[in-house]
Amino acid sequence: MKLYRRPSEFAWWVTNRAYFLFVVRELTSVFIAGYGVVLLVLLQRLAAGPQTYAAYLRFLASPGMIFFHLVALAAALYHSVTWFRLAPQAMPVRLRGRRVPPPAIVAAGYAAWGAISLVVVWIVLRGPR
Amino acid sequence: MVGAAVTLDVFRYRPEQSAEPSFQTYEIPYREDWVVLDALNYIKDHLDGSLAYRWSCRMGVCGSCGMMVNGTPRLTCSTFLREFYPRAVRVEPLANFPVARDLITVLDDFLEKLVRVRPWIVREGEQPLTGGEYRQTPGELDRYKQFSMCINCTLCYAACPIYALEPHFVGPAAIALAQRYNQDSRDEGGLARLRALSTPEGIWACTLVGECTTVCPTGVDPAGAIQQAKLAAALDWLRRVLVPWRNR
Repeated sequence: MKLYRRPSEFAWWVTNRAYFLFVVRELTSVFIAGYGVVLLVLLQRLAAGPQTYAAYLRFLASPGMIFFHLVALAAALYHSVTWFRLAPQAMPVRLRGRRVPPPAIVAAGYAAWGAISLVVVWIVLRGPR
Repeated sequence: MVGAAVTLDVFRYRPEQSAEPSFQTYEIPYREDWVVLDALNYIKDHLDGSLAYRWSCRMGVCGSCGMMVNGTPRLTCSTFLREFYPRAVRVEPLANFPVARDLITVLDDFLEKLVRVRPWIVREGEQPLTGGEYRQTPGELDRYKQFSMCINCTLCYAACPIYALEPHFVGPAAIALAQRYNQDSRDEGGLARLRALSTPEGIWACTLVGECTTVCPTGVDPAGAIQQAKLAAALDWLRRVLVPWRNR
């Protein structure tokens, strides 16, 4: 029997909206990794002394870096929202033998996110002691 | 709607005539209550008896008539022409599988993978007949019932870009069926099954595109099954690292 194998499509991820959104979700990690690198460099400059640190802060205030941070923020938000939306699929919760409705699991995720964010805001705004 | 017609562009592959496939266009009468499979049967009965395709039950149970309908994996017995009319309908064999003839794919790869996950109840020892049946509560049934609805139609493999890129991937339906037995209170093979699947070709190949779940005609949610298996495998690994003396 002579079988026909269809050639694989190079641009498979633009053939379908769901594939495209998936690839966008995966690509957000690149910006989040980039943001991680910026934070690590910031720490290194802080350790190197006040002048180097001030110079790095000036670099961060440049329009290009502000644009990068806005893109990274959008990427992080998109990734987080899709992550919370998928949580009930990956982790169905049962209470007293019954399935917890998926929207409740999503809501619990957002609630935990909000609570942890509030703690972070409190630590940051408290300032140095 | 008497006299209306609809166009079907059908994938043809006849290896004895040409090594390359082609599309053949058929004009058929349009009927509002016809599904794509009815249209194919009309072509086979009245226009071209050489068209080859699989079908059996016509009611979404047997899982034989899966094809790409306008680029999406669908059961042709439950895809109405009216969804596309008056546009033409393009019918192709399910993506990601080799084609034997026209709309017929070769499913050997899927069947081999299905057997590999041991989709049956594994017991370490059977209890004696005097022990009675293996009883289950409605709650225990509910844990796996959704995954047991799989009809092996392989639409999920056709929808999965990971399977297209990485043919060694065990794939959505096989893992969902593994999870169906892992969640069954009568089964004792869960840990072995999970460890066999916790490989780069198994659950970890999945990056949660989620299209398998979208196209599933019986609501199995293979994407959910794979993520749940990932969680169970990660917890098993953690337990083996934290309490190595309790390893089995």
